Amino acid sequence: MAFVTANWNPLGEAFYRKTELYEMGWNLKDGLRDCLLAAAPYGGPIGKHFWKKYTLCSTLPMSFFSPPFFSTTLYSKESHWKSGVVRQLGWTVCDDLLCIQEDGTVLIYDLFGSFKRHFSMGNEVGQSQVVEAKVFHSPYGTGVAIVTGASRFTLATNIDDLKLRRLPEVPGLQGAPTCWAVLTQDRQSKVLVANGGDLFILDYTACTAVNPPGLSPQASSIVHMCVSFSYKYLALFTDSGHVWMGSANLKEKLSEVETKVRNPPKQMAWCRRPKSRQPSVVIMWDRHLLVVGEGKDTISYHLEDDSILVPEMDGVRIINGTNHELLQEVPASCEEIFKIASMAPGALLLEAHKEYEVNVAYGINMLPQNYMDKSIGTAAHCLHPHHTEMSDRHQHISAASFGKCFLSNFPPELFVIMCRDLRVLNAVRDYTVGIPLTHTQFKQMTVQVLIDRLVYRKLYPLAIEICRYLKTPEYQGVSRVLKHWACCKVQQKEESDEVIARTISLKLGEAAGISYSEIATKAYECGRTELAIKLLEFEPRSGEQVPLLLKMKRSQLALSKAIESGDTDLVYTVVTYLKNEMNRGDFFMTLRNQPVALSLYRQFCKHQEQDTLKDLFNQDDDHQELGNFYVKASYKEKRLEARVAHLQSAVDEYNKAKNEFAAKTTEEEMRLLRFQKKLEEEKGESLVGFSLHDTLRTLLAVGLHKHAEQLYKDFKVPDKRFWWLKLTALAEKEDWEELEKFAKSKKSPIGYLPFVEVCVKHHNKYEAKKYVSRVTPEQKVKAHLAVGDMEGAADAAIERRNEGEISTILSRCSPTTDRALVERLNRAKSTAAKK
Amino acid sequence: MAAHLSYGRVNLNILREAARKELREFLDKCAGSKAIVWDEYLTGPFGLIAQYSLLKEHEVEKMFTLKAGRVPSADVKNIIFFVRPRLELMDIIAENVMSEDKLQPPREFHILFVPRRSLLCEQRLKEQGVLNSFTNIDEYILDLIPYDGDLLSMESESAFRECYLENDQTSLYHTAKGLMTLQALYGTIPQIFGKGECARHVANMMLRMKREFAGSQNQILPVFDTLLLLDRNVDLLTPLATQLTYEGLIDEIYGITNGYVKLPPEKFAQKKPGEGGKDLPTEPKKLQLNSAEELYAEIRDKNFNAVGAALSKKAKIISAAFEERHNAKTVGEIKQFVSQLPHMQAARNSLANHTSIAELIKDITTSEDFFENLTVEQEFMTGVDTDKVNTYIEDSIAQKDPLIKILRLVCMQSVCNNGLKQKVLDHYKREILQTYGYEHLLTLNNLEKVGLLKPQLTTRNNYPTIRKTLKLWMEDANEQNPNDISYVYSGYAPLSVRLTQLLARPGWRSIEEVLKMLPGPHFEERQQLPTGLHKKRQQGENRTTLVFFLGGVTYAEIAALRFLSQMEDGGTEYVIATTKLLNGTSWIKSLMDRPEAQIL
Repeated sequence: MAFVTANWNPLGEAFYRKTELYEMGWNLKDGLRDCLLAAAPYGGPIGKHFWKKYTLCSTLPMSFFSPPFFSTTLYSKESHWKSGVVRQLGWTVCDDLLCIQEDGTVLIYDLFGSFKRHFSMGNEVGQSQVVEAKVFHSPYGTGVAIVTGASRFTLATNIDDLKLRRLPEVPGLQGAPTCWAVLTQDRQSKVLVANGGDLFILDYTACTAVNPPGLSPQASSIVHMCVSFSYKYLALFTDSGHVWMGSANLKEKLSEVETKVRNPPKQMAWCRRPKSRQPSVVIMWDRHLLVVGEGKDTISYHLEDDSILVPEMDGVRIINGTNHELLQEVPASCEEIFKIASMAPGALLLEAHKEYEVNVAYGINMLPQNYMDKSIGTAAHCLHPHHTEMSDRHQHISAASFGKCFLSNFPPELFVIMCRDLRVLNAVRDYTVGIPLTHTQFKQMTVQVLIDRLVYRKLYPLAIEICRYLKTPEYQGVSRVLKHWACCKVQQKEESDEVIARTISLKLGEAAGISYSEIATKAYECGRTELAIKLLEFEPRSGEQVPLLLKMKRSQLALSKAIESGDTDLVYTVVTYLKNEMNRGDFFMTLRNQPVALSLYRQFCKHQEQDTLKDLFNQDDDHQELGNFYVKASYKEKRLEARVAHLQSAVDEYNKAKNEFAAKTTEEEMRLLRFQKKLEEEKGESLVGFSLHDTLRTLLAVGLHKHAEQLYKDFKVPDKRFWWLKLTALAEKEDWEELEKFAKSKKSPIGYLPFVEVCVKHHNKYEAKKYVSRVTPEQKVKAHLAVGDMEGAADAAIERRNEGEISTILSRCSPTTDRALVERLNRAKSTAAKK
Repeated sequence: MAAHLSYGRVNLNILREAARKELREFLDKCAGSKAIVWDEYLTGPFGLIAQYSLLKEHEVEKMFTLKAGRVPSADVKNIIFFVRPRLELMDIIAENVMSEDKLQPPREFHILFVPRRSLLCEQRLKEQGVLNSFTNIDEYILDLIPYDGDLLSMESESAFRECYLENDQTSLYHTAKGLMTLQALYGTIPQIFGKGECARHVANMMLRMKREFAGSQNQILPVFDTLLLLDRNVDLLTPLATQLTYEGLIDEIYGITNGYVKLPPEKFAQKKPGEGGKDLPTEPKKLQLNSAEELYAEIRDKNFNAVGAALSKKAKIISAAFEERHNAKTVGEIKQFVSQLPHMQAARNSLANHTSIAELIKDITTSEDFFENLTVEQEFMTGVDTDKVNTYIEDSIAQKDPLIKILRLVCMQSVCNNGLKQKVLDHYKREILQTYGYEHLLTLNNLEKVGLLKPQLTTRNNYPTIRKTLKLWMEDANEQNPNDISYVYSGYAPLSVRLTQLLARPGWRSIEEVLKMLPGPHFEERQQLPTGLHKKRQQGENRTTLVFFLGGVTYAEIAALRFLSQMEDGGTEYVIATTKLLNGTSWIKSLMDRPEAQIL
């Protein structure tokens, strides 16, 4: 076993180590000189662009080296660069390569070097040219920031949802700034710019001058800067050779170190890890690498070759023509185990295990009893895979498993999960895959993302193996991979639609949660409409089929699928689409065959397009609805003539609909309106819009009895209702004389009880009494009671020998009532009951 | 805070918590201070999920009502629109966004669609040119809202109108989705029964959705054994009748909206000695009504005639409890007494409130008019003279009583007579139009379309058969100690609940003939459970049935179902779900069309 701590270098309180990940397999004559190179974080791919100085030659060879080692032929693609001058390369979060050109065009390629799409960073960039560009990542996705020759910054936070933001001007800035960086703060991406000694923060609305607290006064210019992986920290390099480190919001200074090197560095990167013990930055000059921490001490490495730094969340990757290395702070747990003469449980366990392999008894005894209880932590420690060396991992796992034997209550899950994770990491680190992940990165990135990245590399079998091994739920794991496989499959032009559809359905058949519509969309995008339709047939969710069917102009099918899904919003969507696509006649015909869609469209029209509604009813010869439509319309009219005209149309329609009743009533309404208008003009009484009932009432109230009579006859108001009406109207007016006359005019069709009750309601018992005698015998008791005549009520009830009525009267008796009366009633009650 | 939701047979608080979690997640998505602009319709239903305090915890500083024009100025980073997916609301939002003050620091806009986002609405926003102004466009899936321990409501006022009048099945889609959510939380429901066109449609959608999500099989032990889907139009009669339970009457008279009732304040004035009645409050008294209140839970479902006795019994218990203090001798006893005080005081307040409400209601139920109205209703329900023009209705029209009262009665007569003779129908219609205005022609037309009013086409009236077979009228309904569901209408047993009862025992096969007379198909479906989830029923363990009323349910029907749940030998407990809680008045109102007449 190699001596683990051999490559450890102390810096302040922590150790740093540089370990080799791969030996690079590319064969470069000139190393990385004159190249643009970009590598994605989380052990991502590396893209390289040869940038020879002779820009006049328009075809530049470009190559992608995704797994950066031996098997370049597997993925790399030599392509002849026919487009403009590339300023910057960068990777997106979904492993696509971005090439930012001088003219502001950004080209997007996939991992296999095939062109996907392009977009522009704005028209104005064309003249002023991109001077510098940066690709950055934020929670919103991958962003691009550029600075033009005219010293203006433009920023796009998410290239998948492109919104260009032109940032405000930086005061006093001519040409390119000395250095700049993109930060994400408060959910906004901002640019930090240094112009000589001045520092500015640019956000969407303003340019604010800022001062890093405690920046050494010797510095006159900030020549380089870098922001940490988490956007929390900032490092500045000044022309005086100082490195200032602090928080990215420029509120706090962490340290400042003098490097004694004055020429500007080539690259700078934060070298931190979660729970880092000190801030530290890696600075790179041509052949010199320096790790700077809090104190005065630094670690210095010599570089053999031109290199680039790739910041990771827990270290920095260094890539050059021959090597691919990882520089990181040694994690505390690891340090505890391997530090010279460490007495930490982990160290003891490892030692004991080593002895155990030689001599069993001795090894066991080496574990002091009092350390046993700490062994849980021990086993976990040993397992912490901060060690990149494969050989070490083996050692640790067996040590941990050895330690585990001494524990009775150690939950095995931790051990099992860790072993599983390690196995996955080893698998993807294999040179044929080439994703060198640390465990910290893996945990941060999640299995889902790892699967995605394997899928981008078309490593479907491995991805499926991993899903099964980690027992990822099917629709998140295996199904997703299969979907991507199918999407890739449909692009294979050499196979026939028939064969592809069959292969896909065979393979995906029983997998859960497959979205066939997505696969079909892909097929359609590749120009294989027939295949797409075939694939859509496998889609169980009819709703999902709709958007694609619309896109493929299969709108009728889309409509029936939308209806099938029951989602009315989807039906609406298709209907609106059809409306724009078809001529009106065809559109209406289509709707007629789909009643669900038709009634929904009617609803839509009711609120949005009244005229169309009318056309729809016309088309269906729905005269009843047309009639209703005109009635409704009539109420919107302010002029009488217009209202009547609408009503007339309604009458016509109702007649056509053979709805005699509605036609007759509507005619009546017209008549009433005309009558009201006429009377309004003659008498100045406001009447129009009143119901017939209210019109009569008003007429009676103001004493226009003749007109009321006329209306009553014209409209054939039933006698009963007219009597009620007149009775209440007169009582309200307290026109008792007229009321009496009315009562005597002829025999009341409603009887005389209402007369009694209405008078009482208007507090006129005197008038009420006049009518009591005329009430029918059945209602007499009620009438007497209404006017408060207990005697009369009693007489009437006793005469009728009605037990119920007698009881009612008794219940109304109060202690003040005549005792004799009560007795009389009681007696009558008992005789009535006997009968 | 919502503990009463978890006391029932099924813990509905799980659903509420799931809804709250989702709301919090959305609010946190819009970091920073925020103002909510409400579609006014949504505030009530949201109140059942989250109070203002929850919103406040997530930096909601201001709330506005969605109105045309400009969003009032507020110093916040985010403006969030909480809206239903309606086109007319989209136009208002677009106007809001476009008139935003350009000089002020920019505010971020978000939309939260309730209960579902809509392509159509987004398209409209796009046409208006504002779609890109929104940072977040999201949906808040709020289909079934836990209303009480055994009650879920979608609070969708217009569901009945949309389904049966306008043939718009949007709310049925939401119902199916809501039932899927419910099954995700409470397990697949193995048995589905249904009656009616809409029920069939919902069941079909559910089965389809289940197929679509095959694979994401949930592994939850089913809580519900059976789902019963009932169309409101299978039982048009019940909501028309005046409810006679305590809660039903509160709803009939004052209207309960989203669990709250507003009452005339006079009865609730705190009478302090010596102050006289000078400061009578003018604001209506707002009370929340649910089973969290012990007394209310006890009396809500009683026939109103039994409420008085229950209240006085309770009063005795409470005053006895207060008397206890005289017996408290030792410090320990006094301490125990004091610790119970808050609970006792709450009980006393609750008693005072309900005594006042009961008095208010009594004033109305003892009135002659109420009595006459009820008599006519009961005559119709027992089939007396349903084929003739009714004098009481005529007189009520002549006196221009509230139109809705008239419509309720006329519709009831029509339903109990399986349609009215053309002459009778036309007479009523004419009377109504001449008295209340010709514009009601549209309303009458609507009532005819949904089947509440109809001309008699055959001379055969099948209502008596239905009434007799299903025992819808019980002559000797016991209001004090009920032994049958008919107590909720003092004689009439709600048809819908009778169907539910018969489904549990002895099964629908016994009433095939009657089922055929009622509109729409009846059906049974089974949903496969994954192996291992088949419930092993304990001896004597009750089954749980979810009854879903498509198009609304009344409080009296709920009371009847609760009564069935509590029956000792019932064997089934019920959880109720509906599109909306309704009564005859609110129901008829939702079917009315009132064109606003312009003044000439």
